[in-house]
Amino acid sequence: MNSVPALVLDDVSRRYGRRWALARLSYSLPAGRSLLLTGHNGSGKTTLLRVTATALSPTAGRVSVMGMDAVRERESVRRNVALLSHASFLYEDLSAEQNLLLLAELLGLDAAKDRTHTLLERVGLTRRSDNPVRHFSAGMRKRLAIARLLMKAPKLALLDEPFGELDPAAIDAMERVIHELKTSGTTVILATHLVEQGKSLCEERLHLHDGRRVDA
Amino acid sequence: MRRRGLLSTAWVLLRKDLLLEWRTRARLNALLVFALSTLLLFSFAVGPDTRLLERNAGGYLWLALLFASVLSLGESFRVEAENECLDGLRLAPADPRALFLAKAAGNTLLLVGLGTVLFPIMVALYSAKLAMGMGDFLLVLTLGCMSLSAPGTVYSAIANHARARDVLLPLLLFPLVVPALLAATKATSLVLQGDPMNQLGSWLGLLAGFNLMYWGLGFLLFPRVVED
Repeated sequence: MNSVPALVLDDVSRRYGRRWALARLSYSLPAGRSLLLTGHNGSGKTTLLRVTATALSPTAGRVSVMGMDAVRERESVRRNVALLSHASFLYEDLSAEQNLLLLAELLGLDAAKDRTHTLLERVGLTRRSDNPVRHFSAGMRKRLAIARLLMKAPKLALLDEPFGELDPAAIDAMERVIHELKTSGTTVILATHLVEQGKSLCEERLHLHDGRRVDA
Repeated sequence: MRRRGLLSTAWVLLRKDLLLEWRTRARLNALLVFALSTLLLFSFAVGPDTRLLERNAGGYLWLALLFASVLSLGESFRVEAENECLDGLRLAPADPRALFLAKAAGNTLLLVGLGTVLFPIMVALYSAKLAMGMGDFLLVLTLGCMSLSAPGTVYSAIANHARARDVLLPLLLFPLVVPALLAATKATSLVLQGDPMNQLGSWLGLLAGFNLMYWGLGFLLFPRVVED
């Protein structure tokens, strides 16, 4: 077991204008464990995931990911973390295959084409691999975004409402992906309103209310 | 997984931008029609005075390219705003400096291509003639387009965060590129009408200096513009 925590939040705050989305939040998540992040809309779940992914900087406090400072060692953190966001990060006018190939090339992956085809098959998009994302349904976009996340083979996977826009079969597939990530040693942080489903997948739980940690 | 170098990352991103432009050719066509309309409007506004049109042909060409650059620069970051693709690139992670190089080079290529297409139309509309070589014209065109693209890429990334981005970009860009526009116009006029006093080198030097400064500044400042 890795002794370095996957995530350490030390008095972390984040402000948007005059509103505090996160307020003096402290928490530590051991590596290899999975965390269920709950809270009502606007409670700070997405902000916490984006701060952890280094998409946002904390206004105050310190965020450490796998022992690396999320501000000073931003690039190293980014190499180890993948975020499944509300936004898909997909180019509408590129095909599914081209979107994945772009990421594979940026990551400098060997055998990028083979890896792309394997992932497209895994998320069930092989037959639509040449179609522009613009013609995809919301569920298909989500599946492609999941393939994008898997392409990074992250040590820390941040999943923001991963079950949204998915049909029942795709939700089952998403649960299998989360299980596989956990089995491979990836630390998973899952933000969802589907609390019972989340509880069955995660060992730890953090409940947020107005950017503060509260007992669930 | 091997870490990509700066130029290699920039090349991957430039290829992506060119592929996006090719797949959405309607945008390219719109840009061409817009620039062409601008050239035509100048000839309508000035009237049938062929000597005046010929004398100012270089200026009209650069004004058409300047207005078209606002469209192409704005569009290049609109694509990144859709589905928060810019965040996707940042988190991949792609070096923001590589992103600057790719965007600025892509916009330069687009504008040079546009200028090359507009050139014969300008010759026909304004009865302009090329006194010097086509190579001189392409050199002026490339340096001029580079000087619009580098600051334009930085300002386009800044304006992309703003609500009134379509208004903000020209407001920021136009005053800044006045020296480059002046130099490009003068150099183009010399290439078209001849250069008996050997002034072309000075204007090219001014364009090269402008480019050196703004490509350097853009390269250094762009990470601060795109990071939170």
